[in-house]
Amino acid sequence: MNIPKDLKYTKDHEWIRKEEDLIYVGITEYAQNSMGDVVFIELPEVGDTVVKGDAFGVVESVKAVSDIYAPLSGTVKKINEKILDYPEKVNKDPYGSWMMAIESSDLSQWDILLDAEAYEKLCEEED
Amino acid sequence: MKKTPLYQVHRDLKSKMIDFGDWMLPVQYFGIVDEHNNVRNRAGLFDVSHMGEIIVKGPNAEKYIQKIVTNDISKMKNHQIIYTPMCYFHGGVVDDLLVYRMNDTKYLMVVNAANIEKDLQWMLKNCKEEVEIEDVSDKIAQLALQGPESEAILQKLTETPLDALPFYTFQDNVELGGVKVLVSRTGYTGEDGFEIYARPEEIPGLWKKLLESGKQEGLMPAGLGARDTLRLEAALPLYGYEISQDVSPLEARLEGFVKLDKTGFIGKEALARQKEKGLERKLAGIQITGRGIPRQGYRVQCGHKDIGFITSGSYSPSIGKNIGLAMLASEYTQIGRKVDIIIRGKSTDAEVVKLPFYTKKYKR
Repeated sequence: MNIPKDLKYTKDHEWIRKEEDLIYVGITEYAQNSMGDVVFIELPEVGDTVVKGDAFGVVESVKAVSDIYAPLSGTVKKINEKILDYPEKVNKDPYGSWMMAIESSDLSQWDILLDAEAYEKLCEEED
Repeated sequence: MKKTPLYQVHRDLKSKMIDFGDWMLPVQYFGIVDEHNNVRNRAGLFDVSHMGEIIVKGPNAEKYIQKIVTNDISKMKNHQIIYTPMCYFHGGVVDDLLVYRMNDTKYLMVVNAANIEKDLQWMLKNCKEEVEIEDVSDKIAQLALQGPESEAILQKLTETPLDALPFYTFQDNVELGGVKVLVSRTGYTGEDGFEIYARPEEIPGLWKKLLESGKQEGLMPAGLGARDTLRLEAALPLYGYEISQDVSPLEARLEGFVKLDKTGFIGKEALARQKEKGLERKLAGIQITGRGIPRQGYRVQCGHKDIGFITSGSYSPSIGKNIGLAMLASEYTQIGRKVDIIIRGKSTDAEVVKLPFYTKKYKR
């Protein structure tokens, strides 16, 4: 299982990367693997507000509809238009397929996120 | 939870297993889209051992079956198969099934796994004729070999000439890889293919032999996920989705399997009345033109007015579009009609399209 050390994670299987002032969010290898072929993605719009722990979008595989949850609260600054047209990219390259980038309104929430080691443990427990 | 004879095999293949009508079955092995495409282009092998089998026999068997199903079995010859709904008196569907005519006095009925017990009760309750009804579901397991390469793959394992076996016919006592089986040219994918019935203990050996035999042709296992997308593209109904006790076969576009000119079968009066009055609703094909995937239960609207609901929906691997079957008020079912699907509270553009979504490739 690929769990990059330089990313943060949530218990709902999102990954988080901080780059300058923006926080990029996607779903993990574990998540795409358990969903199967991703065929549709729904994302918020730039300017929308997202709240930590609330669903900000939807990832659909052939069989299932799964919510994706905001790891931090903030404002959506960018969305990845490319994966809306090529959702299968999430299966092939989950850590390269960011979904949205937010500007966080409360970076103190950052410390609560899981590191790679804690996330790996969580995946093992779920298996 | 029930397990098929291939439970351990599925486990070893690291398939994802799900609970399907109280059976542990593989939903996918490698990925639904790959498995789907492999069936369309080459061949796929499905474990469908959960299906139910009921034998009806005795001199009155034909007369009895004529009474409980809507299709006409009186013109069947030995080794022929027909598809038919079995209805309640009010016209709703008890189950949809295949009837195999073994001989003049013996028929095999293949029914949905989740309906075995209900079907048996219904059949016994409505049996005044002297016939023998036996549930042999535990004694028979089933594999489905589906896709354009199926005949080539299966032929390598048997002397029985398969090109002489037309669509919807079968042969019993076929020797397949050293085992006696029943082979029928049937399936649930819209492709040419075979269904193979054997004793449960023979199934793991047959599975292995078939996969070996089909290696060159690209045969791969396929799970329930692909089975569902394949049948949806071919617009084949699934009990509990397109048909149920609350839906009549006429509403579900199965009028070709309802012979209203046949004397006295259960549901005839209700179905004839429905036909005479005209259908208030019927099944239609939907293609999303906006963004989103239709799923079972989603509402369909036209100008903010509810006009029906999605019965099955998915991304379609063969067409590359998001498609669904929907039960709609009849006046909205003409091809090209623009409708809205309500997906997570938002309205998404869609239109009514011709069925099936995928042209079936049966061997006649």
